[in-house]
Amino acid sequence: MTSAIHVVGEVLATKRAGAYRHLTIAAPGIPERFRAGNFVAVSVGDDLLARRPLWIHRVKETGAYGPTLDVVVQPRGPGSTRLAELPVGARLPVTGPLGRPFALPREPVSCVLVGEGYAAAPLFPLAARLRERGCPVTLVLAADDEAHLLSALEARRSARSVSVVTRDGSVGARGDVTSQVDAVLERADADVVYAAGPTATLAAVAAAAERRGAWSQVALETPMACGTGLCQGCPVPVVAEDGVTRRVRACVDGPVIRGDRVHWGELG
Amino acid sequence: MSPAVPWGRVMVASGCGGTGRELAPYADLEGLDFVTRSITLDPRAGGPSPRVAETPSGLVHAVGHQNPGLEHFLATELPWLVRAGARVHVSIVGGAIGEYAELARRLSRAPGVAGLEVNLGATDQAGEGLFEVREPYHAASVVAAVRREFPADRPVLAKLRPDLSRAVEGARAVHDAGASAVVLGDAVPAALPDGRPAGLSGPAITPVALRCVHEVVARLPEVAVVGGGGVDGPATARAFLAAGAVAVQVGAALLHDPTTVARIRADLEAQDPHDHSGRTDR
Ligand SMILES: Cc1cc2nc3c(=O)[nH]c(=O)nc-3n(C[C@H](O)[C@H](O)[C@H](O)COP(=O)(O)OP(=O)(O)OC[C@H]3O[C@@H](n4cnc5c(N)ncnc54)[C@H](O)[C@@H]3O)c2cc1C
Ligand SMILES: Cc1cc2nc3c(=O)[nH]c(=O)nc-3n(C[C@H](O)[C@H](O)[C@H](O)COP(=O)(O)O)c2cc1C
Ligand code: FES
Repeated sequence: MTSAIHVVGEVLATKRAGAYRHLTIAAPGIPERFRAGNFVAVSVGDDLLARRPLWIHRVKETGAYGPTLDVVVQPRGPGSTRLAELPVGARLPVTGPLGRPFALPREPVSCVLVGEGYAAAPLFPLAARLRERGCPVTLVLAADDEAHLLSALEARRSARSVSVVTRDGSVGARGDVTSQVDAVLERADADVVYAAGPTATLAAVAAAAERRGAWSQVALETPMACGTGLCQGCPVPVVAEDGVTRRVRACVDGPVIRGDRVHWGELG
Repeated sequence: MSPAVPWGRVMVASGCGGTGRELAPYADLEGLDFVTRSITLDPRAGGPSPRVAETPSGLVHAVGHQNPGLEHFLATELPWLVRAGARVHVSIVGGAIGEYAELARRLSRAPGVAGLEVNLGATDQAGEGLFEVREPYHAASVVAAVRREFPADRPVLAKLRPDLSRAVEGARAVHDAGASAVVLGDAVPAALPDGRPAGLSGPAITPVALRCVHEVVARLPEVAVVGGGGVDGPATARAFLAAGAVAVQVGAALLHDPTTVARIRADLEAQDPHDHSGRTDR
């Protein structure tokens, strides 16, 4: 496990992109330790005690600040709304990098990545790592509509093939990504499948991977109170080798977990 | 002056420090008083999701005492904590007085156990099949049974809910039964948004717990009181100590900022340079 640190970071830049807010954060020590699939836990105020976990979307060099990290926030409840309204220069307590990252294949095998909404964020750095290893990468970006789609243009830098699916058809193919996964895996002749998005999408992708005999990894968004493994507030039912279901902690034993291990029926 | 106790002034509250490993990146465990999550004889799978909800300045939680059971705890979690240098107080909870006694007996033989904390304030005892502490004499019976099995030279803390109507009576009962100190307090009984029984923790309960500590210290000066409830920094810690508590426990604040316990410890040590390990040793 990568060793996490807790720092008071600083918001260096903000950008609106469709329904989302992208934040660039200086959090010295965290970008240096980052691996794709890690997240950070941020605090949004002393009156809101639970941390807000956020996927690390990108790590980049920003001149004087050294490496920084980018996150994508979808404002909805009180915490994410506050985050989306943070001005440049705001201070933000950040803990990270947290969680088990995506495991990478040793051989240059065919990989399909399926991401829905803001949750596709960790697949961008994953695609870059896979490409470095010579893996052909097929990325499927899905969303309700164009406003909730992460940039396909940017994705094309790391993935050999990028396709877009929206529920309302505002851009790309119209429909539900879950009904198209089997065809995508078939076309790409996928050996490994990665998924990030709502639970229903993850379950469908894991099932499609299993039908093909492909190996799958899913990035779960189980509600978390601490994100650091302290509270046992994020149970995920997993089926172990011995067939027994156990509850592991999404934040430290995940959030990336083998799709065939998750007991989807029991996941709240 | 409050009674002297052989442990430090800052403790990690039960259920809020993981197994210790998860806290280690953010706090030096060497010499730190670490209360484990509550351990039962047999493994417990814990309650369903969602387990934690946020309320203004508070967390409502129903973890259901998920723990691997005593055997696994002794084999893996305890040795790790001891190696890390923590002063380990094992929190125990059971379905019957006999289970508490059995836990105390086996823990008395385990190397590295500094003391025990007897969990008497769990917020859904009936629902979880735990021994029901309805009256102070129930609490006293458990403490007496534990005390009989655990060496007299090592502390047994008795943890109660911060319930003003019961605090003094409860503290007197567990003190007379042999508790080295009373911990006030636990989470306040509450409900999750969907109505399931749960506990409320965090700054929202600080004034309630502080009142209980004041009351018990004033009425029972011979009883050592450990204060807890929303301790989130040096100022709150000092408020409990000023009220006469011999030590404070830090719980929910660690979920919000895992460095909280280290910060409080450093602050108290800076204020009292002789207090290197965070011990009182008075
Ligand atoms: C591993 C992980 C990565 C995440 N990454 C992102 C991200 O990159 N961008 C983003 O916008 N959001 C992300 N989320 C969800 C995010 O952390 C917050 O849950 C979300 O911002 C809602 O918080 P809120 O206060 O606005 O809403 P509220 O609904 O009021 O949240 C209240 C509480 O419930 C928890 N909660 C609510 N919904 C969820 C959910 N779907 N998943 C987990 N916890 C939830 C919150 O963390 C908070 O503790 C991620 C969640 C997880 C577990
Ligand atoms: C997530 C969580 C889990 C807890 N688990 C336990 C437990 O297993 N045993 C126990 O005695 N107290 C448990 N508590 C109660 C705390 O130890 C503490 O007494 C209480 O929360 C009040 O202090 P705080 O406001 O600093 O958290 C738990 C609290 C939280 C928030
Ligand atoms: S969120 Fe606290 S243990 Fe995972």
